Amino acid sequence: MNADGPADRIENPWGERTPYGRGEAWPVRVDTHLADGIEPGEVERWAVSASLLHSNGDAMDIAVNEERIVGVRGRSQDRVNHGRLDVKDLYGWQANSSPDRLTTPLVRRDGALVPTNWDTAMSAIVGQARDLLSERGPSSISFYTTGQLFLEEYYTLGLIAHGGIGTAHLDGNTRLCTATAAESLKESFGCDGQPGSYADIDHADVVALFGHNVAETQTVLWMRILDRLAGPDPPSIVCVDPRLTPVARAATVHLAPRPGTNVALMNALLHEIIENGWYDEAYVQAHTVGFGELAQTVRDYPPEHAAEITGVPAERIRAAARLLGTTERLVSTVLQGFYQSHQATAAAVQVNNMHLIRGMLGRPGAGVLQMNGQPTAENTREAGADGDLPGFRNWSNDSHIADLARVWNLDTMQIPHYAPPTHVMQMMRYAEEGSIRFMWITGTNPAVSLPELARIRSILGDDRLFVVAQDIFHTETCQLADVVLPAATWGEKTGTFTNTDRTVHLSEKAVEPPGDARADLDIFLDFAHRMEFTDKDGAPLIRWTDPESAFEAWKVCSAGRPCDYTGLSYDRLRDGGIQWPCTSTDSPGTERLYADGQFFADPDYCESYGRDLITGAPFEEIDYRAMNPYGRAIIRAAGYQPAHEPPTEEYPFSLITGRTIFHFHTRTKTARAPELQSAAPEVWVEMSAADAADIGADDGDMVEITTARSAVQARLRVGGIRDGVVFLPFHYGYWDTPGGYQPDGAGRAANELTLTDWDPPSKQPIFKTAAANVRRVRDREERQVRP
Amino acid sequence: MNKFVLLIRLVHRAETKVASDMLAIGERHKTDHEIYHLTHDFARWSRRHVDLLAEAGQRHGAELDHADDDSSWLRPVREKASELFGRRPETGLVLLRDLRELHLDLVGLSVDWEILAQAAQGVKDADLLDVAQTCHPETLRQARWTNAMIKVISPQVIAS
Repeated sequence: MNADGPADRIENPWGERTPYGRGEAWPVRVDTHLADGIEPGEVERWAVSASLLHSNGDAMDIAVNEERIVGVRGRSQDRVNHGRLDVKDLYGWQANSSPDRLTTPLVRRDGALVPTNWDTAMSAIVGQARDLLSERGPSSISFYTTGQLFLEEYYTLGLIAHGGIGTAHLDGNTRLCTATAAESLKESFGCDGQPGSYADIDHADVVALFGHNVAETQTVLWMRILDRLAGPDPPSIVCVDPRLTPVARAATVHLAPRPGTNVALMNALLHEIIENGWYDEAYVQAHTVGFGELAQTVRDYPPEHAAEITGVPAERIRAAARLLGTTERLVSTVLQGFYQSHQATAAAVQVNNMHLIRGMLGRPGAGVLQMNGQPTAENTREAGADGDLPGFRNWSNDSHIADLARVWNLDTMQIPHYAPPTHVMQMMRYAEEGSIRFMWITGTNPAVSLPELARIRSILGDDRLFVVAQDIFHTETCQLADVVLPAATWGEKTGTFTNTDRTVHLSEKAVEPPGDARADLDIFLDFAHRMEFTDKDGAPLIRWTDPESAFEAWKVCSAGRPCDYTGLSYDRLRDGGIQWPCTSTDSPGTERLYADGQFFADPDYCESYGRDLITGAPFEEIDYRAMNPYGRAIIRAAGYQPAHEPPTEEYPFSLITGRTIFHFHTRTKTARAPELQSAAPEVWVEMSAADAADIGADDGDMVEITTARSAVQARLRVGGIRDGVVFLPFHYGYWDTPGGYQPDGAGRAANELTLTDWDPPSKQPIFKTAAANVRRVRDREERQVRP
Repeated sequence: MNKFVLLIRLVHRAETKVASDMLAIGERHKTDHEIYHLTHDFARWSRRHVDLLAEAGQRHGAELDHADDDSSWLRPVREKASELFGRRPETGLVLLRDLRELHLDLVGLSVDWEILAQAAQGVKDADLLDVAQTCHPETLRQARWTNAMIKVISPQVIAS
């Protein structure tokens, strides 16, 4: 057992410091938590795995006794975490054996979901799919998946949707978390693929976090930063966040902009860097296109002007720009404060631009990390389960479609590529108007996680739509489904997944799933078999039968593409994570992309020709070739546009939603781990002291937050947050309330309040600009107060 | 110079129509959220174009209206109708028709801007050329967007 007792890790989630200096190796610290009464020496066996409760990709071993999971231990030799674990991982494994697990399929009979067997459930799904295919065609069928299955499962699902059914309606809930990361990388580098590496933290002199509360979202990465801060030559921290997060408290410069104004802030930072000549002219000349347009655009954003828009004092913008502009080793990370806000892609791209014009790419301590929010989101993207084509193939490049058709042995016409893939918000719209009649939802809970929940519930509950929900617990979404399929999860099935910095891990089956629950891969293979999908020669479309053969098939598909897995194998991965691309069995993987200023942006190779950062309209091949014939990195500029729902007299606050360290997504797992549940049992709302005083409320009072959509009640926490901004965590739904899947009385889910709007280039919904009002309804002793 | 004023009037009229059509389309398709939000953003661009043209017209002795604000008395009616009929598949066809007409108007407007920019150079009117060079790229962006939306929705509207 580690010196950090479990109770301490709720109190101090980041554990003890192990300080180190710039360029030194990050010391090992092994975090372990075992069930009460079990000592490490008593563990019968350990199974190799990595975290499935956040995107950091922390490697761990799963402890097994008597065919039950009894704990976890960080893997000391892994490049990502050097033995450390997130607090959610220390406790979250207990959810696997929760009595609430789904153990048998359910089908809707006379309005109620009743238990059934697999054959009945799968026959119902296949019957529905076949009928719709013959009556309404492939465009009536859709799939909505997650960032929490395994690579092998996404690749199989993508082939089923794109190749078997032939529909363009396949997306992942990565749309809500990393769509902007992917889009911003495509815009700047022509292709998805994380430029930087976590190891850049070891070398950085400035770490800049843009809308990224890393202390709660990727806690082990924050431990690495904290250990640098505690050592000699600590880096400076620049934090952009309207909340006084742990990152903001540790920051050298904290910028707290008004929600929805990130582009104005970024343009001012770039204005200062260019104006002061802090950019690398030789790098810009040799490796980029588009600098002139950027220089012209940001000329309109001197700090004083940006200060009016963002509410950040001009001198603080200058102080941040000086740090960003003069350091020789700059690491930037970006997450939901940018991705889920207005002008998401345009803002994230400006971070890439900062690195491009400063030549801060591809060397130790100089890198960009466009972060992910989920553990396997990278695989959703690279394997094509977010609607993009596998291997970062370009849907508007006919030779890429031909190549994919060769790999799949299909006619090119079978693979939909006539328009951009359908994003989930558009799918919901098609379901609402009745042209999508079938939605198979895997491992995600849109009835809590999508914006404007009353609308989402009415769509999922519409009789015209046949909903299949595949999950491990009976979520709000399952309760609205027509068929529920019980799935296996982490520790109960084998597969690989890839973290934010391209590190691929193997996660092995440690124990059997409960009851009749099945691995997602087996469910997909069963569906494909029953549907009798064939290739163009009449042979079965899917020829693999288990995780390892699926992985081998994926390797073939990835060959020659940026995310090349051909040098990897399950055997190699048992020893620890390896970063793609990895093209030979003796290659150690690739620590950093773009080390030589060469990008995946060649017109014949790139994943995307880009989109207009304001309108989201895709550019055509001819535009791209004219602009970027030699495949350089692309500097794209964008002016600030006001958000679509600014505060008004009636709704004077800006509502933003986000996470707490103790929960993941809609709490399906974390609320079933007693330590995590008791650490954050109920929804709350955060306001500044001045705003609380204005509405006459005290810490602990029950307040009601309203927007044009609906209302939610939550306890008030007076905290460090920009005046005029209100923060609600998004984890809390209704499965553990009397309402079941909807409010019974006052609303609890943050998404009752959010607006239906998305970033035009990335199609990521906007959760961080909604106009809201707040009023006190009860004091902390539950006494009603007069309005 | 008469021809010149006529030309400014022509572009002004086309831009005014586009601005008002965008708002009407957005309101009619409020349940198609990207259409709703972006047509409103684009209408703001177009109203700015109208204002710039009105100022340019004044310099050439033509009295042209500045842009109206965006509150049409029909707005609540259209938005309510959109919510009432938003669940019917035919709304897709209506949207496709609306986008098609808007796209053709924008393409025509783009040609008008081209003519205006050429004419401004012919008479060496730097101010008017500046107006055309500010506005025309935005018209092209609007037209690229309508074209992209048509590409996205037509297979779903027609084939399902």
